[in-house]
Order: sequence, then C-alpha cells, then structure tokens
Amino acid sequence: MRPSKVAQIAWKGLVSNKLRSLLTMLGVIIGVSAVIIMISISAGTEAAIEEQITGLGSNLIFVQANFSRGGFGPGSGQGQTGGLVYDDAFAIAEEVNGVSGVVVEQQSSETIKSGNATIDGVSILGSTPDFPSVRDMEIANGRYFNQAEVDRNQKVAVLGSSLAEELFGDEIPIGQVVTVGNTKLTVIGVFEEKGLVGEVDYDSRLYMPITVVFQKFTPSQFARIMGDRVRMIYVEVAEDAESLDDVILQTELLLAKRHDVSLDEPDFVVTTQQDIIQTQEATTEAFRNLLAWVAAVSLLVGGIGIMNIMMVSVTERTREIGIRQSVGASPSDVRWQFLTEALLLSLIGGLIGVAVGIGGSWLFGELGGMRTLVVPTSILLAFSSAAAVGIFFGFYPANKAAQLDPIEALRHE
Amino acid sequence: MKDSIIQTIDVSKVYGMGDAQVTALDGVSLQIDENEFVAIMGPSGSGKSTMMNILGCLDRPTDGRYILAGDDVSDLNKTELAIIRNKRIGFVFQSYNLLPRTNALENVMLPLQYSRNGHMTENEQKGKALQVLDAVGLADRVYHQPQELSGGQAQRVAIARALVNDPVILLADEPTGNLDTKSGEEIMQLLKKLHAQGSTIVMVTHEDEIASYAQRVIRFLDGRVETDVLNGEEKLVQAEGGTS
Repeated sequence: MRPSKVAQIAWKGLVSNKLRSLLTMLGVIIGVSAVIIMISISAGTEAAIEEQITGLGSNLIFVQANFSRGGFGPGSGQGQTGGLVYDDAFAIAEEVNGVSGVVVEQQSSETIKSGNATIDGVSILGSTPDFPSVRDMEIANGRYFNQAEVDRNQKVAVLGSSLAEELFGDEIPIGQVVTVGNTKLTVIGVFEEKGLVGEVDYDSRLYMPITVVFQKFTPSQFARIMGDRVRMIYVEVAEDAESLDDVILQTELLLAKRHDVSLDEPDFVVTTQQDIIQTQEATTEAFRNLLAWVAAVSLLVGGIGIMNIMMVSVTERTREIGIRQSVGASPSDVRWQFLTEALLLSLIGGLIGVAVGIGGSWLFGELGGMRTLVVPTSILLAFSSAAAVGIFFGFYPANKAAQLDPIEALRHE
Repeated sequence: MKDSIIQTIDVSKVYGMGDAQVTALDGVSLQIDENEFVAIMGPSGSGKSTMMNILGCLDRPTDGRYILAGDDVSDLNKTELAIIRNKRIGFVFQSYNLLPRTNALENVMLPLQYSRNGHMTENEQKGKALQVLDAVGLADRVYHQPQELSGGQAQRVAIARALVNDPVILLADEPTGNLDTKSGEEIMQLLKKLHAQGSTIVMVTHEDEIASYAQRVIRFLDGRVETDVLNGEEKLVQAEGGTS
C-alpha cells in the first residue's frame, strides 16, 4: 500500500476518535512544550548573565577580598591582612603596567530631593574617575568628577539619564543642586542612556565620588568596622598590555606585598570575566542536565500513553485488521498502518507541543518577568524526540497487530 | 478440458497438542475445476469451515498439499499467503465484513490498494471499483457508508470487493445467512449470474435451498468428505484419489 494512503488511513483513524487522540497526545504535548519552555528560560537567563558580564566593560579583571581567608574587622585576629582597602586601588593604578583604569565602588540607597521633586530609594554609586571608561559609559552633558574632587571629598554628582529626566525634565541640570539624604551636591554631569544591563538599571542611578559615600552615606556602624575597606576593585586592562595573565600576576604580587601575605595564602582573589562566565556555564549546565531529565521523563510518560492507547486501538479494531488481512494486507502492511498512526499521534502532539512551547516561553517572558529565548535547536530536539517516542512505543502494538491470526481476527466481535 | 483450480491432496488439520488434540480435517482430497459452482455442507464441527479457511489461504494445512491454480501454496509464509489472498481469492462473508466509516467505493478499492504489482493509479482503482459496483447493481450507492446500506446491498458491496482483483476463485461463507429470503434470493441470483459469466465459486451453506443453486454439493462429516454429489446424481467418494 502506498505510504500516502497509509497516512490517510491513519489520519482517518485518529480523526474518528478526536478526544481520545488529543488526550493521548497530551503527554507528548506537555513533554515537548516543557523542553522548549525550560530551555528558553535557561537560555534567556544565560544571555542575561552574559550581557551583564560583558556590560561591565571589556577586558576587566576583578580583585575581591577573600572572605574565607582575610577576615574582616577587629575580632578576626588577622592583624592588618584584612582584605582590600581603598588605597590598594591607587597602588594598582600606579604600579602595575598595562592598566588603563581602576575603579572601586561603594553603593547605597537614598532619598533625593530637587526643587519639588522627591524620589525615594535611589541607588547611589560612589566610584572613582575611571568609572565611565571601565564601564563603557558616555557623558552626555558636563563631565565626570576627577581625582582631585575624589581626594577632597567634593560634593558633586553625575546623574543617570532617566534620573536626570525625572528630576529636571528636559532642562540640562548642570550646576543645579540635589539633596541626597541630608547632603547637598552640585550636579556636574549627565550620562547618555545606557539601558538595562542584566538586571541593573544604570540610568536611574546617581554617581558621586566614593569618598563622599564613605563619609556621608555608609551607615556608621558599618563604617567603623569597614573603614575604607572595599569589596571589589575593578581593573581595566589596557589594550597595549602584554597579556591579561601578566597584569594579573603583577597585581597579585603587588597586593601580596602590600598585605604582607604569601601568594599561596592570599587574602584576595583575582578573577577575570572568563572565570565568571565559566562558573556561570557550569551552573547553567547543571540546570540544563536537570531539564534534560525532566524532559526525558515527560516524553517517556507520553510514549507510554501512546503505547497504551495503541494497544486499546489494536484490540478494538481486531476485526478491521482481519478484514484487511482477508483482502491481502500482509503483516508488514498492518504493522505500518499502526506504526504510522502512533507516529502521527506523536508528530501532531509534537507540533502542538512546539506551538505551546513557543507561546509558553513568550508568556513567561511577558507575564512572568523572566528573560526567555526560544532556541531553534530545542524545537528540533523536542520534535525529533517526540517522533522517536512514537516509533519506539508504537512498535510493540503495531507488531502485535501484524502478528494477529486472520481467522481469529475475523471472528473477533 | 477444464483446468483444475483447486486441488487438495490428503489435507489434514490438527489443532492443539498432546491429549487436547482435535482433528478438524482428516485427509481430505478434493478437486474443483474452473467455472464450477460448489456448495459445501455439513453440521458444525464437520470441518467445512476449516476447509474454507485453508482453501482461502487464511490457514495452512498441518499435513498434505494444497495446489491453487497450479501452485503449491501449502508451505507459504504469512506475507506470501497475503499476496495469494489478494490476487487469487475473493471472500464473501456471512456478516459482510465491510470496513466501518468507509464508503462502498473505498471498501471495494481496498484489495487494489494492497496489490503489490501492476501499480494502478488512484483513478484507475476508482474506475475499476466503479465498474465492479455497477456489475453488482450498486452504481447508485457508491458513496454510501456501510450502515446506510441494507443487508442485501452490503453483501453486494462485499461481492464487488471480492471480484475487484479478478480472483481465480470466489469463496462465500454462508453468504445469505444474515439476509431475509428475498435479499438472499437476489444474492444467489447474482452468484448464479457470476457463475454463468465464468466465475468459479465455492460456497458454504447449511440450507438445502441455497445449495440447490450449486452444480455440485460436497458434504463433510467428522473431518472427511461424506458425499460428493454432482447435478443431483450420487457419485462415489474415493477414499484417497479425490474426484475423477
């Protein structure tokens, strides 16, 4: 019998039992859409994180205090090897070759007033003059603060683009005064729009010299313990630097000397963007493996559903099989008919699953606030797994039908 | 000289194993020639149904040979038997056995769709099926579903399906068993007409009246041929050699 005819008969068999066919497909639909949705969520998360990391600026190395080793505060018994201090940043800038910028940051959250406008919970970022270059941010109006202003705790502020618009509208606010907490600062610059990087909105922030943050906005308790300690130093590697590894080594040697620790037991950790991406990849890979198992299990359940209903179908249609055999259907004709039916069930289920998966990913993105990214290969993977499930689980019932004895089959009521 | 269409040589069929063995056919030798119209009769358990199944290549003999239109089909496998059923045999059943939810035309086309050689296009298949449906007097019912047809009409569709592949023999198992007298008579007239046009027909029945349409009546008892009567005359059954 021609394959097209076989498909036509199988289709007719499915259509004559619409509800049952749909329920049978449900397992495959859920399995396939789950694969697509979950892969799209994991790909979306991955993309967001990657964007965030690259959005930090290119060619960055990160120097962090090593909490497990260094220990903070007076009670740690580690003497002066207490992590990173503000001056470490300047030492790196001056003494390490191949460094084009160094930034330290200190964050806070404050209420800002200007004229009639009052905004609560604005993110305050204290930093150093290299910040715009290290973070790839452009000044739209005015300028960023310089080292002299940082050194003298000058009360100046640079506004993110959306914050500037909220406070001053279309007016260029250079020279205006904003009140942050109880401190008055003079606006000296406004950033170009940068947009969201990962989850961080750079445009709604207020930027000021880190020394001002240390002085005015760090909670007193925290300040007493921390002093001028910083959690992280961002080091931008110059384009003409010999190599990243060289800069890392110089930095490590310098800090070890300054902190009087050996490189075997440092109180700081130097990482690169590459390291962070790799860590991230390991995490998402573990997540993806978990998803693969979930998908495999749901497709297995879907396959068992197909097998179950095909067994029922073979029993129900035993007489039909007998009739077909009596007019010349060979075992392989019968086998193909039922195999095609199982395949059709799983393929249609797969198609619906793909549609539900794409729609579901979109919904998760729109309503769930999750970043999702539908990966084309995931559609291919899900769809071909569904087909494989159909063939695998359809084979046993189809074979059973093919082996039926024509006389018995014709006698079946 | 007429060619022999069916020749069985000492055919036996034994079901079951060991103590539970049942001998359904016990060394039956038969010969049926081209354009014969044969009725097979006998009480239930006499072996006539088993004989029909073997003649129809739905089953294989345990012992003995079955030669159908010159070919020994005793030892063919399932696929080969399916091809023989498709090309050489037309079945008519007591309960019509039409495919449900499938109209008369598609039912008649079914054997053509399972044909292995002589690829007919869908249109050629349709043409052939319509021609046969016309021959059985159902030209105006081709798009009816089986449940929309009367018993007599359904049986005509079944006969058309049996004839569509030009079989060498038509096997009818109680073809009038489910029909009222009038429809039954019409079906018998149709078979008679087909016989007159050259068909070879073997029919199982338990009604003498139906059997009277045939030229020859073979009676089975206990797995053996009891009598073999030609044109109303008694004819001796030879123990081993079949008819001559």
